[in-house]
Amino acid sequence: MDEALAAKVIAEIAAVKRIPVESITVDSTFEELAMDSLDAMNLLFSLEEHFGVSIPDEAANSIKDVRSTVAGVERLLAEKSEAGS
Amino acid sequence: MASAGRRVVATGAGVVCTLGNNAAECWTALRDGRSGIGPIQSVDMAGLRFQNGAEARTFKASDHFEAARCDLIDRFAQFAVVAARQAVSEARFEFTGDLRGRTAIITGTSMGGQTSLDRGFVAIYKEGRPRPHPFTIPLTMYNAGASQISMDLGITGPAFTISTACASATHAIGQAFWMVRSGAVEAAICGGSEAPFSPGILRAWEAMRVVTPDLCRPFSRDRKGLTLGEGGAMLMLETAERAIARGANILGEVVGFGMSADAGHVTQPSVEGPATAMAEALRDARTEAGAVDYINAHGTGTAANDATETRAIRQVFGPHADRLAISSTKSMHGHALGAAGALEAFATLMALREGVLPPTVSFNEADPECDLDVIPNTARRSQAAFALSNSFAFGGLNAVLAFRRWEGI
Repeated sequence: MDEALAAKVIAEIAAVKRIPVESITVDSTFEELAMDSLDAMNLLFSLEEHFGVSIPDEAANSIKDVRSTVAGVERLLAEKSEAGS
Repeated sequence: MASAGRRVVATGAGVVCTLGNNAAECWTALRDGRSGIGPIQSVDMAGLRFQNGAEARTFKASDHFEAARCDLIDRFAQFAVVAARQAVSEARFEFTGDLRGRTAIITGTSMGGQTSLDRGFVAIYKEGRPRPHPFTIPLTMYNAGASQISMDLGITGPAFTISTACASATHAIGQAFWMVRSGAVEAAICGGSEAPFSPGILRAWEAMRVVTPDLCRPFSRDRKGLTLGEGGAMLMLETAERAIARGANILGEVVGFGMSADAGHVTQPSVEGPATAMAEALRDARTEAGAVDYINAHGTGTAANDATETRAIRQVFGPHADRLAISSTKSMHGHALGAAGALEAFATLMALREGVLPPTVSFNEADPECDLDVIPNTARRSQAAFALSNSFAFGGLNAVLAFRRWEGI
């Protein structure tokens, strides 16, 4: 896992939930973080803005924790750089 | 008579507008003839033909909502919730037993959360972003006020929103009044809210050429148009029987509601439509025109409305029109569109209760086209017992409420 990317995702979650960054780890689940569906939607919007990617609805429905979110963003960034190269 | 004849009273009022952040502050300003109209501060007004508005300048969302909730509730719905909290609190109404499910919430708004939508469109069309913020839909929806009140106060009864432009709140209060009177519900929180100060919305109003570059001067010969306002007002309505039984402080009685449609021009007002709505409100109240003492006029300050409203009043009241006292409180709180009828219902209830008729301020010169007693510039002591509150919307939809001073059963 890209640690720098994970840190950025965690920072976005902290901003959306208005909670300290330290309270989130890559192993945190959305349930543990009390992220409801609106929070998740808000997070995806922030990630799309921050990373310049478009997260498809299927992917949006499947992410339930920090690790899968980071993995998803990593994959989208890889696809983006391939498409751009 | 069956339950259709239950008497309905207001036992609480909540108000946020340019005149203050609660009912007491707003009534004091109305009574003192103090206008809240001034240069608009929340929007860059460069290049607009008008500069004045009636903003709720001291209202801060963070005083009323925690940060996460602020993201999810447009300013128009914030006004609705804060006013509803105040109304319920002032009424000391407790939702015991089955009352949570037997209380209605009916809100009016003309433009809903369009300031949030405007912000979203800036992101798309101006900043080139792929999509607006994901909360844009729940922020914008017209029923957000009713929904947020229900969630905030835990009320599970009938809840919905009426959008009839500048008559929205009056239609909402009228519907709530009828539901309580008929026994469909035991109580209702009703009124309206509006927050139209965004660059796009202000320019849309400018394009209509109905906003004055000056102050709002209803019925004055030199009037040049309306002044946009924002805010919210909610009333707590319940049966007189319940209010008396629980020892509530009764603000006044709602006794009639009338409606009509002009079926004419989309913006040009008619005489017939407003006259019919006033006559219907009197019929619903089972009251003769001669019993009316005061009318809180629609009185927008446009050339067309004020002259036409004058003719409609003369048509309904005949010679008694010259004994009526009439004022437009829009001269002080501005035209808050879908909230206007609720601000004015509040002003009317307080006028009857306090025995003081609020004036039409910024009035300079009598207009032969508006030859009624419009209480120019200074409030008046009065023993008025019966009043109407007029609201006439773009689209030709008219709504009129009738109120009576509460003097016991």
